[in-house]
Amino acid sequence: MQLTNKLQKTNQQTLARNKSKNLKSLLTAATCSLLGTTGQVNAKAQSQTEENQWQFDTALMYYGETDRVTAVEGIIAATKEFDDEEFLSLKLTIDSLTGASANGAVAQPYVQTFARPSGKGTFDVPAGETPLDDTFKDTRVQVNASWAQPLTTDYTISTGLHASKEYDYVSLGLNASLTRDFNKKNTTVAVGFAAFYDEIEPEGGIPNPLAILPEPKTTAIDDRPRIGSSDNKTTIDVLLGLTQVINRRAIMQFNYSFSKVDGYLTDPFKIVSVVDDLGLVQNQIYEKRPDNRQKHSIFWQTKYHFTSTVVDFSYRYLWDDWEISSHTFELRYRIPFGTGYIEPHLRHYMQEAAEFYRPFIEQGDAYPSYVSADYRVGEMNAYTLGFKYGLPLKNGQELSFRIEYYQQDPENPGYDLPGVLQDVELFESVEALIVQINYSF
Amino acid sequence: MVILGEMVRDIMKKIFQSNILLIVLLMSSGCSSLGVEPWERDLLARKEMALNASPIDAALDDHIYFSKEASSGGRSFAGGGCGCN
Repeated sequence: MQLTNKLQKTNQQTLARNKSKNLKSLLTAATCSLLGTTGQVNAKAQSQTEENQWQFDTALMYYGETDRVTAVEGIIAATKEFDDEEFLSLKLTIDSLTGASANGAVAQPYVQTFARPSGKGTFDVPAGETPLDDTFKDTRVQVNASWAQPLTTDYTISTGLHASKEYDYVSLGLNASLTRDFNKKNTTVAVGFAAFYDEIEPEGGIPNPLAILPEPKTTAIDDRPRIGSSDNKTTIDVLLGLTQVINRRAIMQFNYSFSKVDGYLTDPFKIVSVVDDLGLVQNQIYEKRPDNRQKHSIFWQTKYHFTSTVVDFSYRYLWDDWEISSHTFELRYRIPFGTGYIEPHLRHYMQEAAEFYRPFIEQGDAYPSYVSADYRVGEMNAYTLGFKYGLPLKNGQELSFRIEYYQQDPENPGYDLPGVLQDVELFESVEALIVQINYSF
Repeated sequence: MVILGEMVRDIMKKIFQSNILLIVLLMSSGCSSLGVEPWERDLLARKEMALNASPIDAALDDHIYFSKEASSGGRSFAGGGCGCN
């Protein structure tokens, strides 16, 4: 679902329609020539020329982290205008993920052996290295469909469906939104609603939260504490938006979003190390997160058209009842280049840790009610530096290339590191390269 | 990478401040002066001026950041969607 400025869309549609009509006229004329009906375009052919074509947007992206996850994702999106301002959009996304992901355990000055999450076999982590679970391998297929149409002169409604399936995960969702234009379509107010149902069925089952992992062994006997084979969560999202045309060159958007998630929010593959006062691991336990989360966010975007360049700046502040808060700043600057354009991109993300984030637990301390050592709910800074080159082709087609560098710098939110933990890297940076090609026709 | 981090932080800070200034100026000038007449929409009607000018890029970015960070949504719904690690 897209809460874009309706008026802006209307203008674009008018331009696109005119362009499309010209193209259609040419195609019709060409067809008539081939059929030998010189210039006599009958009423039927005329009405056919009014019908819009499907517009396709495709992309292929490679995402590769140093020594960790590698993903390839492809998207095919198709949009068609059926009647005046009635749009059907369909999207197919396929991605494939392989590689290793930090399991939450601390690095140690000796080789550590872990059981694989599936319960089948073990893997070793070299001395001094962040434990990475190397068993990730998954393919995901996602389909989205949405329909948007005007209700009256000032109101537009859109509805959408979402379904995603991977080996151990299913996600189903629906959404609807309503927009109302005011003030010569310079102001647009939007209200949106979305609901999702997600189910996870991890290989090896759902681990018993906070239970101690048994000693890894190479036999097929699986004695790991399990509480079931699958679990689920539900998500309700509400979004309120205001779009305002400022002047001929500037437009702004303000959104407030509320999201409520209930159910299984723990990551079944993540663990937490219990260490003694020398920093040596005594055992590992399964992580446990609260079974609900309420998030709020405000989002503010400004676009400004200079003489020939366009600057796009956005800021998001997010806070939740896990005590996570984050600031996200994003900047794109589009500059004409030859017949196309170049677009540098900067993003800065700052995150405060969840209240239950612990990089490790010290032996003798009472177990907290909830605990996770997943760096993704910890304190971090992340940076993206990107560059895009777009090249318009004939007949409204466009080819574009994007390359981005993404770095995450997890930080210690203030824990004293006992003994050997001072000599190993507990908050290791993650670096990723993103390469993407887009083709629209 | 520390230099890159500081550079990005400085740029974002300056732009954020200038945007706040812009908002204050707009508010002080009164909301009634905001907006344009239909014939003044030549620039706003351009594809590159759409708020979500590259929805495919945005979808791919959302998927990456949803998987790697504890925040999602803002521009659109935060949503569920994948068991991404």
